[in-house]
This record gives sequence, structure tokens and C-alpha cells, in this order.
Amino acid sequence: MQENERIEIDLFLEAIFRRYGYDFRHYARASVRRRLERLMMRSGAASIVELIPLVLHDELFAQTAIYEFSITVTEMFRDPDFYSAVRSKVLPYLATYPFMRIWIAGCATGEEVYSLAIILQEEGVYDRTTFFATDFNDQALQQAQDGIYPLNSIRDYTPNYQLAGGRNSFADYYHAGYQSAVMDPGLKAHITFANHNLVTDGVFGEMHLILCRNVLIYFDKELKNRVLHLLHDSLVYGGFLCLGTRESLQFTEVQEAFKPFDIKQRVYQKQNR
Amino acid sequence: MSDGYRAVIIGTSAGGTAALKVLLPLLPAGYPLPVIVVQHLHPLQNGAGMLQFKYSCYLPLAVAEDKGVIKAGYVFFAPPNYHLLFEDASTFALSVDEKVNFARPSIDVSFKSAVAVFGAGLIGVILTGGNRDGAQGLQCIHARGGLTVVQDPKTAESPYMPRAALERIPADHVLSLNDIGRLLAALPETEINAE
Ligand SMILES: C[S@@+](CC[C@H](N)C(=O)[O-])C[C@H]1O[C@@H](n2cnc3c(N)ncnc32)[C@H](O)[C@@H]1O
Repeated sequence: MQENERIEIDLFLEAIFRRYGYDFRHYARASVRRRLERLMMRSGAASIVELIPLVLHDELFAQTAIYEFSITVTEMFRDPDFYSAVRSKVLPYLATYPFMRIWIAGCATGEEVYSLAIILQEEGVYDRTTFFATDFNDQALQQAQDGIYPLNSIRDYTPNYQLAGGRNSFADYYHAGYQSAVMDPGLKAHITFANHNLVTDGVFGEMHLILCRNVLIYFDKELKNRVLHLLHDSLVYGGFLCLGTRESLQFTEVQEAFKPFDIKQRVYQKQNR
Repeated sequence: MSDGYRAVIIGTSAGGTAALKVLLPLLPAGYPLPVIVVQHLHPLQNGAGMLQFKYSCYLPLAVAEDKGVIKAGYVFFAPPNYHLLFEDASTFALSVDEKVNFARPSIDVSFKSAVAVFGAGLIGVILTGGNRDGAQGLQCIHARGGLTVVQDPKTAESPYMPRAALERIPADHVLSLNDIGRLLAALPETEINAE
């Protein structure tokens, strides 16, 4: 029974890859299984194989399916202690560079990017920084670029902003409308939003800081290793890699290539060779 | 029916910390199964709930990590603000997708994912709690032939969650916390004797 399920999942993912080029074949099975259950519910398919003709012949459904694998749930200042660590430990180190390049890989709808931009403004290094915010989901990227969020969720982020050591009032960073908040356009000035797929696209060179938080959790061990090599190759020596607070480099192929910089906040520094 | 128990998974919310303080110390050192606890906690309570059991428990405690190894004889806690999933019988996986039953971690999500990898070897336990999360998950464990255990609602600080589970299935055991502890402690042994 478990073996049959594995075959069905393999065939479905193979179909998406061959037909549309999106490669989810090495995504974590636990989460793929859940996403497929949702697709089955939505389409009324009784089994995973029944999803295959749908995805091959119905491009609209295929688009839905592809976005289903892009789980864009995110928050501003998620894990405030992480942002405090960036502020008090990582930035003082990076501030010795004349300019800084930061890559936020898997930025979803942009909340993380704006959080980081706020921290850099407050620490007075924003003007020498270029941000690259990437994701493979164009819909999410568009929202990230627009920087417009529901007012009630923005309000929920206020305590986390303060816990992250915020120096101002969080309301200084957005213009509240009737139901939504528009992020201050000044925060966007140095951010480039771009489509980049971590599975199929290449190195994004010479970064000083990379955030790839809560993205590798969707990959299996093999793909996680492959993407970690890509992130490693995209960093300057001494550059920093930040993972989500429940992910680590332990038991990965790049473990030796980094040294833990703040192990609790999962900040790693690329070793000189 | 089952070819051996492979894991214990416990779901709880309101009143959970006090209940676990009674239950976990009843498990003996060297317990032969992994014990996984899915408890609703505040997102910033990173593992803080766990520390409360540290000095009374015979088993080592750990917060589950993404792709972390599932080991027998440990008690693993689902980290707050993530769903805890099972990649295979020896590997955890995490996800930050939508809340389910207003909860992340959701007990239903973890129970369903666990039964997909442990099958009939899974022991599901529902303790005190103030919502319906876990009822559907326990039903899935029941449907796959796993063992289902529910805290007797009469003895639960918050009886809503155990009751919601019992509305869906007739659990194999409906017991007080102390009796659940004794049952879990003895289960792996009774099975060896039966072989
Ligand atoms: C759960 S969100 C994490 C958002 C943010 N980094 C955070 O921690 O809050 C995961 C994001 O990873 C993106 N992602 C998944 N697979 C990807 C891939 N192969 N290439 C680029 N982005 C990917 C998804 O589209 C989604 O936006």
C-alpha cells in the first residue's frame, strides 16, 4: 500500500516535470502527500493517479497544482530573536564592507524582505545595500513587489517588531488605508524582485548575506544538499547563511564549509578555504 | 494484527503541560519507542514548555528538527508555529503552511502524517484540551488498525478534546493519566511476551 502510493506520487511529479519543467521530484514526501490530498479534495479526484490527466490536459489546473507546492505562508519579524541577532551581531560584522549584497531566497509574499529592510534602515546601512528577493512563484513575487498587506495582519506584527529591537514606531513604515497597509516605498528602493528557482536555476553570485528560511524544509535530504551547495557557492568568504530556527546544517554535505556564528538563531558563516 | 508497536504520539492543548507532568515521568528509562508530543503552545514559547519536564522525566527530551532523526527512547516535542510531519519512520519534516483547526502545530496534521509512515504500529493518545483538534487524526489511526488511547474526560482538566475524539471513535482505552502512563509503559513488554 505504501509502495503503491510512492509510485503514484512519483508518476504525478514526473508528469508535472516533463510537461511544465517544474521539478518537485525531490520535495519532502510528507508535505507533498498533504498537498496532493488538498488537490484531490479540490478536484474531486479519488486517487493521485486521477490527478495526472488533469494536470497534463488542463493548464489552469496545472497552474493551481504548481502553486500548491509553493507554500507562501510567511510573517513579518517571524522569530524576533533572529532579527535581533542580525541587528546586533551580523550587521556590525558586515558593516566593515563598503557595500552589501543580500539575497532572500524563497521570499514568498515579501514580509521577510521588508522586515530585513527596516532593520538595515534603522542600523544606518540600508543605503549601501542591494537586496535580491527571489521566489519561483510569480504571483507571490508580484505581491511582494506591491508591498500591500491586510491591515489586521500588519497590526499583528507590531509586537514582533518591538521584540526584534525596533527603534521607532512600526506604523512609521507603512501607510494605513481603509483595510490595507502600503509599505513605505523608501524600503523598496534597493530591492530587486526576481524569479529564481532554487532547483533548476544557478548561482546568484557574491552575496554577503543569504536568508533561506523555511524553504529547505520542503526539500528531501538530497535536494537540500544540492541547494545548500548552490547557496554556499553564492556567498563571499566570510558571508552569512541564515536558515529557519528549526533547520540546521547538521548531517549535510556543507556542514564543514560553514562555521556556526549564532547556532541558536541558525546563522552560519562561510569558512575561508 | 500489528507487527509491533513503532511509535507513540500524544496530542494535547489546554491543561496539557500539567497532564504531561503526570504522564511523562511514568515512562521508564530506555523506553523502546519514540514518544512524540504535539501540544498547542504560543509561537514564542520555543521549547519553554518542554523545560518543565526536564527534571522529572527519565527519558531525554528534544524539540523535533526538520529532517531530524526519530529515535526510540526520546520524547520529541513539536516546535511551536510549525506543523510536525513524518518523512519516513525515522525522519521528521516541518512545514509552515496554514493553521489547521486554528492551530500550528495541528494534532490532526501530525497524527495523519504519522499514520502514513507507522501504519498499524502507531499508538495515538489524546489528552486534555479545549478544542476539537486531534479527533480526526485519532480516527485515522483507528481506521489503519493503530492503538487509540483517550484520557477519560471525567479526569481531564479540559474535557472537550477527549470528548470530541470519543464522539468519532470508540477508543481502545479510555483511562486516567496514571493509567495511561502504566499502559504505555507496559505495552511494548506485553507484546514481546505475546510473541
Ligand atoms: C514557507 S515560505 C517561506 C517564506 C519566508 N522565507 C519565511 O521564512 O517566512 C516558502 C517559500 O519557498 C518558495 N519555494 C519553494 N520551492 C522553491 C524553489 N524551488 N525555488 C524558489 N523558491 C521556492 C515558495 O514559493 C514559498 O514562497
